[in-house]
Amino acid sequence: MLAYVTRRLWQTIPTLLGVVLLVFFLFTWVGGDPAYLLAGKISNPEQIENIRRQLGVDRPYHVQLWIFIQQIATGDFGESWATNEKVSAIFATRLGPSLTVLVPLLAVDTLLAIAAAMLVAYVRGSLTDRIVMIGCTVGQSISILVYIIVFQYVLAYQLGWFPVQGWGKGFAENLLRYSVLPIIVGVIVSLAPDTRLYRTFFLDEINQDYVRTARAKGMSEARVMWVHVLRNASIPIITNVMIQLPGLLAGAFLIERFFSIPGIGREVILAVERSDFPVIKAVTIYVAIATMIINLIADLLYRVVDPRVQLK
Amino acid sequence: MTQAAALAIGVQRAESPGLWTLAWRRFCRDRVGLVSFLIVVFFFGLMAASGVHLIAADWSKEVGVNYAPPTFIGPEVADGGPSAPGSHGGERTGEANPFDPLAGVLAEIRAASGAASVAEAQAPTLVFGGDRWGRDVLQKTIKGTETSMFVGLVAAVLAAFLATVFGALAGYYGGWIDDFFNWFYSVFTSIPYLLLILAIAAVLNQKGTLTVILILGLTGWTGIFRLVRAEYLKHKVREYIQAADAIGASHPRRMFVHILPNVSHVILVQLSLHVVLFIKSEVVLSFLGFGVGVDTVSWGSMLNEAQSELILGYWWQLAAATLAMALLVTGFSLFTDALRDALDPKLK
Repeated sequence: MLAYVTRRLWQTIPTLLGVVLLVFFLFTWVGGDPAYLLAGKISNPEQIENIRRQLGVDRPYHVQLWIFIQQIATGDFGESWATNEKVSAIFATRLGPSLTVLVPLLAVDTLLAIAAAMLVAYVRGSLTDRIVMIGCTVGQSISILVYIIVFQYVLAYQLGWFPVQGWGKGFAENLLRYSVLPIIVGVIVSLAPDTRLYRTFFLDEINQDYVRTARAKGMSEARVMWVHVLRNASIPIITNVMIQLPGLLAGAFLIERFFSIPGIGREVILAVERSDFPVIKAVTIYVAIATMIINLIADLLYRVVDPRVQLK
Repeated sequence: MTQAAALAIGVQRAESPGLWTLAWRRFCRDRVGLVSFLIVVFFFGLMAASGVHLIAADWSKEVGVNYAPPTFIGPEVADGGPSAPGSHGGERTGEANPFDPLAGVLAEIRAASGAASVAEAQAPTLVFGGDRWGRDVLQKTIKGTETSMFVGLVAAVLAAFLATVFGALAGYYGGWIDDFFNWFYSVFTSIPYLLLILAIAAVLNQKGTLTVILILGLTGWTGIFRLVRAEYLKHKVREYIQAADAIGASHPRRMFVHILPNVSHVILVQLSLHVVLFIKSEVVLSFLGFGVGVDTVSWGSMLNEAQSELILGYWWQLAAATLAMALLVTGFSLFTDALRDALDPKLK
């Protein structure tokens, strides 16, 4: 196990290096001299000169790359060009709100999708199955933007069941008051594709021999489905949930933006709007690292779920 | 077995229909597929007609009053609903437009003040309503359809092209070339798709249709690459490639003349799948203001306007953009499913 983890971590180094090169290439060659970008934002020429010296824009590319790698290793990306807040401080304060919304969202979505998918897989080919599948296809074809706009307008603005937007101080207030509508919208948006996907995973298992054996042994249908089939179908489900994780962290930016949740996603949008390169660079690199770690955890989880899986 | 049936089989054998003929026959048997195919063809027609300015050429003309309600609701409903402070008095008369006593007067006033750019009287209602400047939402939706579909299609073709070249090279040659492209692939996939798109949008810092196409196409090749590579790995050891080698076909010829037609169905299905994905991404990008330029209308920019309109009670632009997009995306998704079933019957 330890040897496996070590080897996997070792293998991520070239990929990580590639990500660093890609981000460096994007922001240094394509992005151009930050002095031009900043000219309109920061009027103080001394400050711009400071940033140029800090980035080493006038020095050769390999020196700039080395500065970038040092920034990644120390976690010190300097200060935001727009607000002068330290990038590390931005991360520290924005992560909490993001997780407050995303963790319940992912949990509720996964549980509901598993239950719905198992139900429609169990009655496959029936009218219920077909109606749910058509509903999912149509539901998926509507843009996430429309869901957010309509739900916010109807449930919050017109009916007043939820606050239209905002964020409070305490964790309980945030979770129970401000996060509810964002979570509902997020679950509705991701439920349709997840149900469709998980249904195919269950269908792959439902005709296997072991299912027939379990029934022959006289087990209840609930036990056959929830214990035997679910455990066997859980590997692709875990993969799917894990794949969604890093994307969710940055990908819930639409929800965070609409509901004014001060999370990482909203910070990314703001940074793109303001050409705030240090923030975007830091987010990209750290989310990429998180993706690699999550992939590794997913592989280890396979082993827990299915002891037959050989880690090699 | 009757003689006729036996004869029919004999005839079929003699013809030996190719992959595409067989796929077309299977496709025709799929009713859902055919309907979705017609929807897709309809949208293609719409896009082409709008592209050559046959329809919706003057979408930017302010033909109606501000926030003109749809004709099927009638102008009087707008009076009951929340009215914008800037709305014209013309819609308050509640009469049918040909008998509008104020229309002529208002037109004169506007012409005199020089504020209005349109010479003709502005209609109190439009077929599917009007937007903030009184532009026809129906025409706007058609124009938006053109932009969003065009971006999705071209970006998907670009992504599929890159993926095919990369996948062919990696799968066919193997060795360090394969390692290189796999490394490239893992670099691109370790950054979440939307984050990568936003990062590139931030760096390019310019709006425009071409920019969106480039962003989507250059980042969206990874999924197709993986499949094309797997197909090439499978095909390069087959006998027909050994035969091609024996008659002296060069490597590029074997890759793109011999193997490519045999994997093209995979690419076609993926292409169709990515059109939908890219249309959705374009809508989000344009909504956020990182997409198409300000003088271009797309579903995303329409939704952006619709957001503030909804608060004022003007729902038609939101409904028009949503309906058009839902219809196309549903049609395209079902068409992709039917295409996959027709081209790869083993999968079913």
